[in-house]
Amino acid sequence: MVDLMSHLGGWLSYGSFFLVFASSFAIIVLGLNLQWGYTGLFNVGVAGFVAVGAYTSAILTTPETADRIGGFGWPVAAGWLAAMAAAGLAGLLVGAVALRLRDDYLAITTFGVAVTIQLVATNAQRLTGGPFGVQFIPKPLQGWLGTGTPWTLGYLVLTLALLALVYVALERLVRSPWGRVLRAIREDEAAAASLGKRAFFFRLQSFVIGSALMGLGGAVYAHFVGYIAPEDFLPILTFQLWAMLIVGGSGNNRGALLGAFVVWGFWTAAGGLLRGFVPQAEQARAAALQVVLIGVLIAVMLVMRPRGLLGEEVSVSRMR
Amino acid sequence: MLQILTDGLVIGSVVSLGAIGLSLTFSILRFSNFGHGELLAWGAYFALTALAMFAAVGGVAAAPIAPFSFGWPLLAAMVCAALLTALGVLALDWLLFKRLRRQGAITLVIASFGAALALRNLLLFVYGGIPQYYSQELQIAIPLLPRSVWGGMRITPDQLFVLGLTAVTVIGLHLFLKLSTLGRAMRATSLNPQLARVAGIDPERVLRATWIIGGMLAAVAGVFAGLTVQLRPTLGLDLLLPLFAAVILGGIGSVWGAVLGGLIVGLAESAAVSVVGAEYRAAAAFAVLIAILLIRPNGLFGEKA
Repeated sequence: MVDLMSHLGGWLSYGSFFLVFASSFAIIVLGLNLQWGYTGLFNVGVAGFVAVGAYTSAILTTPETADRIGGFGWPVAAGWLAAMAAAGLAGLLVGAVALRLRDDYLAITTFGVAVTIQLVATNAQRLTGGPFGVQFIPKPLQGWLGTGTPWTLGYLVLTLALLALVYVALERLVRSPWGRVLRAIREDEAAAASLGKRAFFFRLQSFVIGSALMGLGGAVYAHFVGYIAPEDFLPILTFQLWAMLIVGGSGNNRGALLGAFVVWGFWTAAGGLLRGFVPQAEQARAAALQVVLIGVLIAVMLVMRPRGLLGEEVSVSRMR
Repeated sequence: MLQILTDGLVIGSVVSLGAIGLSLTFSILRFSNFGHGELLAWGAYFALTALAMFAAVGGVAAAPIAPFSFGWPLLAAMVCAALLTALGVLALDWLLFKRLRRQGAITLVIASFGAALALRNLLLFVYGGIPQYYSQELQIAIPLLPRSVWGGMRITPDQLFVLGLTAVTVIGLHLFLKLSTLGRAMRATSLNPQLARVAGIDPERVLRATWIIGGMLAAVAGVFAGLTVQLRPTLGLDLLLPLFAAVILGGIGSVWGAVLGGLIVGLAESAAVSVVGAEYRAAAAFAVLIAILLIRPNGLFGEKA
């Protein structure tokens, strides 16, 4: 009986870990879906915006440390709002430069932003802790729930509530007249412009909101793990998030949610299999195969089922 | 101070050769290929394998040619690498890009992003993550100018070789595009694909030629990067941003633009190393990119879009 209980506890803890990660990714993928699925903006630097959010909240909420600027000890909720603001501001700057130009330039610019943010995270030691990262990021509710499984479950509830809030807000947004303009611009910019809709401003708004959500997802991740370092925000993260959106089906918020959970499940299962079957000495090389596998998954998905598991909703707002 | 110039031109040669291929695929296949950096990396490692095979089969430890750190085997390995990379990129086109061409440019960009990640990690899987070198020979730099003149200027024979062969390659490519029928067909397709088709140009043949040329140039650039710096699996990822910056700076589709863009990006990187420090080198390419997007988004030699 005691054995069974500890087994259950182990599963509960493992399951809630998995779900917290998947839900924080889902928040980011919803932001990406607003940019790509509803507006057609191709962002290759998602990891950079996530990093901006994670670092902003981490720097603002950690207690003071001797060798680093920051450590302002802000409340976590304020840190999360600041994370959204900072990532949104990054999106505003990038969008202002690149959104007036042809599609590919946005992709290249966002790629450059992610590379540059990675450089700053690694080298601006006084601000970001350099390669050692930021430690002791406060875990909200911990004074209340302790450190074990109850806290993990509590954080899961918090993350799921946040995810639900973001989902509902986005669903309302894309069904609003504003959302219809976004799709109109994506499908035929000239026609939308002839109706007096200025494409650039709508695109910029969508890009900024999407970026802010990426920052929020990053902050939620940072405060769950309690520690962030530059290698948490490598291009592989961007790629995993894109895989989630493409597998789930872009242009559909439910698809984005589904994709986040399915791909994260696929990723952890592949990692577990490799750890189980590959000898210790070969594991670093096997981890590379895990990435190849997900690269192949995205390619196969694009060729075989380009609309994803769920596909785009054809009509999102009912005629009245 | 003057050393910035030589270092920048050597980095710039690698970037230029890579950027030409990227610019050609950009203008003829009409999408930005995020996998292009990986072609450089694979080319560099193909040459390493060919080199090891020559040594194993021939058993002749060919002595390096006088001032250089390498001998004939490396030149032969470079040719093998160029052919293998061209074959590889044709296979990738057949497997992936060809099937997606009708879905539009952005789908191709996503696919190339996925292919890049898979290719890079496959490289890591096959060769491991430890940096490698073609040769263990040490080289003595030739002083071009004494230290008293602006800090002097030195260059190694290998760097001189890279500069020379880059110049020869670029001029050869220029003549090919200007004079040969296939080259003219490529330029025509780049300017106006519909009209080119009406004129009886087979688009598939032009696409194949573009991939082959881009792949071969990328392999040569990769070997140069391996020769002047080192071989590592992230070689392609690290060069991708400089490549894109060079292409946009020069204007998409312009060979001379890509060369000039590559040299400018190379000079900017080597200037950044001496002014800001080596850790922010990659940001130099980003600064160039943002500047050109703000000031002249069609590039120095670009046609008005």
